[in-house]
Amino acid sequence: MRIAFTTTGESLEAPLDSRFGRAPRLLVYDQEHESVEVLDNRQNVEAAQGAGIQAAEAVIRSGARVLVTGHCGPKAFRVLAAAGIQVFTTQALTVAAALKAFRSGELKRAESADVEGHWA
Amino acid sequence: MIIGIASGKGGTGKTTVSVNLALSAGSPVQLLDCDVEEPNDHLFIRGAPRLLETVCVPVPEIDPALCDGCGACSRFCAFHAIVGLKATPLVFAELCHGCGGCLRVCPRQAIRETQRPIGVIEEMATGGVTLIQGRLDVGVPNAPPLIRRVKAYLRRDSLSILDSPPGTSCPVVATLRGCDYVLLVTEPTPFGLHDLRVIVELVRELELPLGVVVNRMGIGDDRVHAFCRQERIPVLLEIPEDRRIAEACSRGELVVEALPEYRVIFRELLDRVQRHAVAMVAR
Repeated sequence: MRIAFTTTGESLEAPLDSRFGRAPRLLVYDQEHESVEVLDNRQNVEAAQGAGIQAAEAVIRSGARVLVTGHCGPKAFRVLAAAGIQVFTTQALTVAAALKAFRSGELKRAESADVEGHWA
Repeated sequence: MIIGIASGKGGTGKTTVSVNLALSAGSPVQLLDCDVEEPNDHLFIRGAPRLLETVCVPVPEIDPALCDGCGACSRFCAFHAIVGLKATPLVFAELCHGCGGCLRVCPRQAIRETQRPIGVIEEMATGGVTLIQGRLDVGVPNAPPLIRRVKAYLRRDSLSILDSPPGTSCPVVATLRGCDYVLLVTEPTPFGLHDLRVIVELVRELELPLGVVVNRMGIGDDRVHAFCRQERIPVLLEIPEDRRIAEACSRGELVVEALPEYRVIFRELLDRVQRHAVAMVAR
């Protein structure tokens, strides 16, 4: 299974970015091959709108079935849910810590967005 | 003639200049409140509003029976209002700009347009001034489609004054495009100057003639005037910092009625605008 994380860096040791849509990168961890793929999300950092939607599309394209991030807004959540991707939120500081928490079953699956959209 | 009243910085006196200019014109005049996110010209124009129309924008609706999930619509949409998944795409109506492109690129004609209401246009009339205002529904993020509908009421046979939203983004461009002249209201402060520079750049990009009104003269410094001299922008009026003006405005009174000496001042402003506009066309 492939698991997507939001990050400011390029490795498992890098910080977990608590933002979903505007995180600079997505790190996709492949559990079977224990390999890491880094996807550039920087085009969304300055997006006026639709950042969460585009990041969600990138997660879908990456083949990940699970997303671990800090927060997830309503539009991104709707896209991820429609694609059957499970969302887990965490306050972990690094991708490695978030991965460890996910594997140990500490993280609770999000049933809905946990932050407001940028418009009412 | 169509005069756009804009400012960059908010709270400099666009509405004050717009309504007082309109009321001192002395001939039938249209006042269009294009600040559809918070229209306030109506506070100074007494009269009951009459609903002219509810404005809608087209948004796509996808028929799942016809859609084969090819994703052409979502790839086309520059605003990510349609997200292609393996099944029927998701539509985010609030991001849609209503261009209709998705309908055209869909190879299976699975998309039709439905109408989503975004606001209303109202009219009220008093003393030779017809106010037409747009009012955007709360939570709607896109003002330009409503502003363009408000401007559809422009009558070319009378003087029209367009009260623009503040700032320098799309709603301001939507308001000023097609104006014959742009009057920029600023205040002689560092904030006023900063935002004046940005809006001057925008108006020049639109290739429209412009002049400046400096409001609240007496506060701040002289850098707005220095900038206008350097850029060869005429300062057509200076309105002093005057507590009586603020008090009149706070009561919803027109400056030209509370302080009748201003009627001739605003009348002269209109003459200066018209003369400058003609001079710029001649050049």
